[in-house]
Amino acid sequence: MKTLIYLVSGVIFGVGLSLSGMIDPVKVKDFLSVGTPDWNPALLFVLGSAVLVYLMAFFYLRRRRKTLSGSPFKHPAPRPVDRKLVLGSIVFGTGWGIAGICPGPALVNVAFLDLNIAVFILTMFTGFEIQRRFS
Amino acid sequence: MEMSAMSYQNEIFGGLLIGVASAIPLLYEGRIAGVSGYAASAMRPSSSDGRTGLLLVLGLMIGGLLWRLTGAEGSIQATSQGLGTWALAGLLVGWGSRMGGGCTSGHGVCGLGRLSPRSLVSVLIFMGIAVVTNLLLRGVA
Repeated sequence: MKTLIYLVSGVIFGVGLSLSGMIDPVKVKDFLSVGTPDWNPALLFVLGSAVLVYLMAFFYLRRRRKTLSGSPFKHPAPRPVDRKLVLGSIVFGTGWGIAGICPGPALVNVAFLDLNIAVFILTMFTGFEIQRRFS
Repeated sequence: MEMSAMSYQNEIFGGLLIGVASAIPLLYEGRIAGVSGYAASAMRPSSSDGRTGLLLVLGLMIGGLLWRLTGAEGSIQATSQGLGTWALAGLLVGWGSRMGGGCTSGHGVCGLGRLSPRSLVSVLIFMGIAVVTNLLLRGVA
C-alpha cells in the first residue's frame, strides 16, 4: 500500500508540474522577470491552488488527529528562523533564478532526455550530498 | 482582467494536482516533505524514508513520461544556458534547498499550506533572490 501511495503521489505531482508550466524554464523566468514587459504572473496561480489544497488536508488532519493509516497526527512544533534557513534560501533562490528549474521540474524533465537536465540533476544530487556531509 | 480565471486554467488545475500529490503522504501517514527532501532521502534507499523517496522520484519521472506521451515537447532546449550554467545552478539548487530545509514544494506548498512562519520567510527570500538573479542575468544577456 505504501509503495502505491508514494508512486501515485509522484505521478500526480509530475503531471501537475507539467500541466502547470513549472517544468518550462522559460515560463519560470518570465514569472521571475518582475518589472519587465515579459513578466507573467501565471505561476502564482499554481502556488495558490496547490497551497489551498494542502491547507484543507492539513486542517482536516488537525481536527481528525489521526492519519488515514491510523497513526496519531503530530504537527511538528514551530522552529525559529535561523541562519541555515536564511542562507539556504538565498543559495536555493540563486540557483532557481539562474536556471528557472527547481528539484521537482528537474526530475519530471528526465522524460525529455536532455543533457542539460542530466547535468543539473547530477550536480543537484551532489549539492544534497555536500549539505549532508558538511552540516 | 476578466479573462484571468479562464486563461490560467492550466496553472490552476496543475496547482490543484500538485496540492493533491503533496497532501497524499500527509493524509496517509503525516509525512511532511517536498521534492528536495524526497530526492535527497532517495540517495539512501535502504532506509524507509529513502525507499518512499525513491518511489516518489520514480513517480515524478513517470508523470513526465505520461506528459510527453500526450505529445508535449520538451522546453529545456528553448533555453540558451550552457552546460556550465546548468551545472552551477543544479549545485546551488541542491545545496541550498537542503541547507534551508526545503524547496518550492517543501516550503512553498507544504510549508505555506500548514501556515509555517519559517516557510513563509524562506519563500519570500528565495523568490526575491530568484527574481533579482534573473533580472541581473537578463541585464547581462
